[in-house]
Amino acid sequence: MSGVRPGYVRPLDIRNGRIDMSHGSGGRAMAQLVEQLFAAAFDNEWLAQRNDQALLPRPEGRIVMSTDCHVVSPLFFPGGDIGCLSVHGTINDVAMSGARPLWLAAGFILEEGFPLADLQRIVESMARAARDAGVPVVTGDTKVVEAGKGDGVFITTTGVGVVPPGLVLGGDRARPGDRIIVSGTVGDHGMAVMSQRESLAFATDLVSDTAALHGLVAAMVEAVPEVRALRDPTRGGLATTLNEIAGQSGVGMTIDEAAVPVRRQVEAACEFLGLDPLYVANEGKLVAIVPAERAERLLAVMREHPLGRDAALIGEVTEDAHRFVQMRTRFGGRRIVDWLAGDQLPRIC
Amino acid sequence: MKYIDEFRDGTLARRIADAIAAEVEPGRAYNLMEFCGGHTHAISRYGITDLLPPAVRMIHGPGCPVCVLPIGRIDLAIGLALEQRAIVCTYGDCLRVPASDNLSLLKAKARGGDVRMIYSPADALAVAEAHPDREVVFFAIGFETTTPPTALVIQEAARRGLANFSVLCNHVLTPAAITNILESPEVRKLGTLPLDGFIGPAHVSTIIGSQPYEFFAEEYRKPVVIAGFEPLDVMQAILMLVRQINEDRAEVENEFTRAVTREGNLKAQALVSEVFELRRSFEWRGLGEVPYSALRIRAAYAAFDAERRFGLETRSVADNKACECGAILRGVKQPRDCKVFGTVCTPETPIGSCMVSSEGACAAYYSYGRFREISVVAPA
Amino acid sequence: MCLAIPVRVVELRDGATALVDLDGIRKEISLALVDGVAVGDFVILHVGYALSRLDPEEAERTLALFAALPDAAARAATA
Repeated sequence: MSGVRPGYVRPLDIRNGRIDMSHGSGGRAMAQLVEQLFAAAFDNEWLAQRNDQALLPRPEGRIVMSTDCHVVSPLFFPGGDIGCLSVHGTINDVAMSGARPLWLAAGFILEEGFPLADLQRIVESMARAARDAGVPVVTGDTKVVEAGKGDGVFITTTGVGVVPPGLVLGGDRARPGDRIIVSGTVGDHGMAVMSQRESLAFATDLVSDTAALHGLVAAMVEAVPEVRALRDPTRGGLATTLNEIAGQSGVGMTIDEAAVPVRRQVEAACEFLGLDPLYVANEGKLVAIVPAERAERLLAVMREHPLGRDAALIGEVTEDAHRFVQMRTRFGGRRIVDWLAGDQLPRIC
Repeated sequence: MKYIDEFRDGTLARRIADAIAAEVEPGRAYNLMEFCGGHTHAISRYGITDLLPPAVRMIHGPGCPVCVLPIGRIDLAIGLALEQRAIVCTYGDCLRVPASDNLSLLKAKARGGDVRMIYSPADALAVAEAHPDREVVFFAIGFETTTPPTALVIQEAARRGLANFSVLCNHVLTPAAITNILESPEVRKLGTLPLDGFIGPAHVSTIIGSQPYEFFAEEYRKPVVIAGFEPLDVMQAILMLVRQINEDRAEVENEFTRAVTREGNLKAQALVSEVFELRRSFEWRGLGEVPYSALRIRAAYAAFDAERRFGLETRSVADNKACECGAILRGVKQPRDCKVFGTVCTPETPIGSCMVSSEGACAAYYSYGRFREISVVAPA
Repeated sequence: MCLAIPVRVVELRDGATALVDLDGIRKEISLALVDGVAVGDFVILHVGYALSRLDPEEAERTLALFAALPDAAARAATA
């Protein structure tokens, strides 16, 4: 009798193995990657079926869908990684409509040569994030590109959710007199990531604030369904989000510098590099526009939630044909908080 | 943040503002130039203009090393990256400055040029050590504040015998620029630019001391107050200038006593003289050729001079005809006097040097203050 | 023009370098341009180099100058 064991497949060498072109070719190597790495981590009834699609029950209510591509570098940063970031990011985009996120899809573009150990770390982080959020990754896809044509891994996540009846949120719904609330400190994510960049390296306790906000949102819209708009200030920071909403709604805004919560270390890190915390990315915060008479209630509800403890009322919506976002500085003067001209770059001048 | 937050206190700002308002003499105008881009930035960012009486007019000067960097010099750096295939190390400030052929260092990077952003000249040295097979060029810019660190890395490169490291030197000098302004026709002859006093640069002065400005006070009878960078420093300096002008004094006063002395940092000065010497003339974007206003690397360190190593010849590139940067840098015009300000020329699509750097007069005004020109309905 | 900030020296290291702190952010910088710096001193930091030591007495003196100016109430009283 030969010594070949029927059905035996040599397991993936996670410790030392690397992605190669065969992992994307649709053959046995790819099936093994899916089986032993992806499906093992995500492990839910849909993925267990091993179909190319997930058959889902029809949800009650208006459906919301969102998609996000994640190309963050470095892949691992204090407080998170591209994996959990991609889960949180899409859950948040869906949640900003007031929707309850239901399912996620995840697409991976892997670079030839990418270490399997890193991939497993990322996938397990994603799975953990999805489990903690109660939003499963029900379907996915993987492709491999030649070395040099990718940045290790790119992840695209798509999310689907349902909006409770009667709720209408949108960036175009801000009205003069409305109040502006932010759910917590700004600039944490961007500065945590920047602290890892080679030539800017500084030692810090700062961690990314990456988090799934749908629980906070659910509490908010249940208590205050009159909320006009929700948005998470990711790339471009709080300033960009406020300008976006002002632009969409055709209004102006005035915020109070002293009211915007910023961690001391984030302020300090920004001083070092000549950056403005208002423009630094966040991954676990949201901005809410709410009618003035409901602002106090919304603030109270937010502060009861772990992700909204530092929620603060930072300003109000005004009438302004020019759609300027203005700020009363801590100093007593006024300035515009303008659109960003490209990415903020550290400066020496 | 210690020694930072205290100098941003809004309550104290009110007191200084009230003092300025109380002390400006009726019917008298106070035209003050803040030389330094950092002060321009502070004035805009903190909305200091809101706290000043109309009699005090702030004129923005040319103390922004990125703004006065000629296009031709950036072209040299781009050429080193794209044609010589050198690794070009640059501060973040220079990355987006538009140069010839619709290029910038950032765009050169997109085209395959190895352009790396660094925070410190020491990082450029580290890049050279890490890539002994490649030429590494440090694109050095800055006034007297930034020059001593460049001098140090050149000396260090010499000590280590780094054969692949060189510096493209664009260091410029503050007193020469101030002279240039004071000698400009608008100030000297035409009198169309009334200039009553200067706010002197903060960090340049930590290196050169307050002594070099005494010449301007004596020769041109203009008061100079050296101010720290924080908004309270700037306001206090304005108060001190108002007082000097009222009392018909033309002295050099130091508001930034916590960091500036009369003689400055002698060690740094000695270091700079060891490594650099004066160029007879240097083109400043917007100001034209300015004599004895810039530094080049001495013959003793020729091995680390990128201009010698690569046989570089600087081409003078004219600014767009509609660009009013020259007049704005000399304080003769304001950003809103420029026909292309805010339309064709914006921080995203800068035409001239004043819009290019975030502390250039036009950029600062556009980003922080352009709403003042437009009446805004205040919230109820 | 030159972005420079006051930072506190927390540790002196070999080769004229020091570890400095600003509100919990720490960075290693060069002291090659300034002599006689001690732990606890504040220095002005620019592009990774200390440019000068900050004089705490002068800092207090400057702040006292601001505080000595009359506030709105005092000004109204003497008007």
